Amino acid sequence: MTAPDNVTFRIRRYDPASQQPPAWEDVTIPYTHGMTVLDGLRVIKETRSATLAWRSSCRMGVCGSCGMFINGHPRLACNTQITELGTSLVTVAPLPNFDIIRDLVPDLRPMFDAHAALMPHIIRTDVEEMHEPTGEYFQTPHELEQFLQFTYCIKCGCCMAACPTVATDPAYSGPMPLAQSHRYNADSRDGGFGARKKVLATEKGPWKCHYAGECSQACPKGVDPARAIQLMKRQLVFDYLKLYKQPCPSKVTQKPTEVRRRPDVPEAPAATI
Amino acid sequence: MRDQRLWTWHVMAGLVILVFLGLHMTIMHLDAIVGIFNPADPHPIAWANVVARARMGFFTVSYIVLLGAALFHGLYGLRNILFELGPGRGVKSVLNVALTVGGVGLFVFGAWAAWAAGVLARTL
Amino acid sequence: MLDNMGHPNRLGVWGWLGGGKWGLERYLYTLHRLTGLGLLLYFLLHIFVTSARAFGSEAWAASMGRVSGGVFVLGEFMVFAAFAFHAANGVRLVLVELGWAIGRPIEPVYPYRTSVHEQRPLALGIMVVAGLLVLAGGLDFFILH
Repeated sequence: MTAPDNVTFRIRRYDPASQQPPAWEDVTIPYTHGMTVLDGLRVIKETRSATLAWRSSCRMGVCGSCGMFINGHPRLACNTQITELGTSLVTVAPLPNFDIIRDLVPDLRPMFDAHAALMPHIIRTDVEEMHEPTGEYFQTPHELEQFLQFTYCIKCGCCMAACPTVATDPAYSGPMPLAQSHRYNADSRDGGFGARKKVLATEKGPWKCHYAGECSQACPKGVDPARAIQLMKRQLVFDYLKLYKQPCPSKVTQKPTEVRRRPDVPEAPAATI
Repeated sequence: MRDQRLWTWHVMAGLVILVFLGLHMTIMHLDAIVGIFNPADPHPIAWANVVARARMGFFTVSYIVLLGAALFHGLYGLRNILFELGPGRGVKSVLNVALTVGGVGLFVFGAWAAWAAGVLARTL
Repeated sequence: MLDNMGHPNRLGVWGWLGGGKWGLERYLYTLHRLTGLGLLLYFLLHIFVTSARAFGSEAWAASMGRVSGGVFVLGEFMVFAAFAFHAANGVRLVLVELGWAIGRPIEPVYPYRTSVHEQRPLALGIMVVAGLLVLAGGLDFFILH
């Protein structure tokens, strides 16, 4: 799209103190080259509407703060060029499927609560080794590939806004918590499948996902939560049918001791800490 | 534990239905193109054909299997849709009981009808 | 203080329909639900209608007589079409939801090729299969009878 001269932002405003329901507000500002939706919101706050509220931080697509519903799709405001929308009318609303705290600020706590309930951390029995490591946990590049994609999640909530099940069901965990639970189930260093399975076998599990695929299409980081959830379902179904044997978590490996330095490789400098 | 079990059975029931309902649809609605298991009459639902099929133990058994699988698959699907509308815990319990009782009741009735039709067909 | 402030913002059942801006799989999901409900409703009535065969030929003829005629033929064809779609899409869902047709986890490099793209050829193939079945059914229902 050729760059417009002016851009009209149609923003969903809501002030909890005013007792009024959310309503649209139109603001037209001049377009500047390379303007993102976040840039536009800043201009509006600085020059037109000082009470406009939203979350943002890094402005470069890595913190996950600025998830919003832009022209009918959940996107990161900092990552969305005005020109890529193909229109000079930019409709900005808070992420759906979350309660609105104010203006464009969603209440993400239910997502984080669901996330915490699915134990998104390494669970192992060798607690002393985890606290006082003597070596590293062995992991091949192939084993890393099984979960690396899902580690790129920035917890922005765009997938939750896109999911049709989250749209109606408050009890469903949602794509982000489930994908992150699978990230740890698929990690060869983790031994927590048995513990997570107890939660995943209930209604908090992936059973209300019907592969609409919107979470993966909305994800700004290519995490593909839909893929993670289907792989998780496969693991759980095979486990129920007693066809899945959980591999042992990675063992600790020590540095090799019986090696000699090659003559052309210099010694490492002395440790300073 | 329950949802993991129920969903797995839902998928397996779906595969069973694919085979048996596929056969049923072919017999009933692709008769002019494929034409199987309608030995007595061109019309699949003619009484003579119904009797001929009811005499075969394979059909009695497969109708009962299809009935069970389809009732489970369909009522679990309905349960999914209703539960996703976010009802309260009490409503969920009532729905669970109602769907289970309704499903079992329909299965008992339908299985009896299939068996009774087989018995009747063998006397004709 | 925060607990009292949230304004409800779930999309509700409108979120099942998608509003015209979403991918193919969203529509397949919605249609799968609609055909499933339609098939279930037909099936529950079908159990009673066909149980008449346990009571002899007169009962069977009476029961079949009640469900014959123009509207019922069209209705039955729609049930057949719903089955064709629901079964074909169901096969796709079994392959996808058990992790076979969605590809392996990859290092995400922009532009992202997600599992949705990986299974898109399967989705299109399934729709072709469903379409062919519906055509075959239509031929049998309306032309050859």
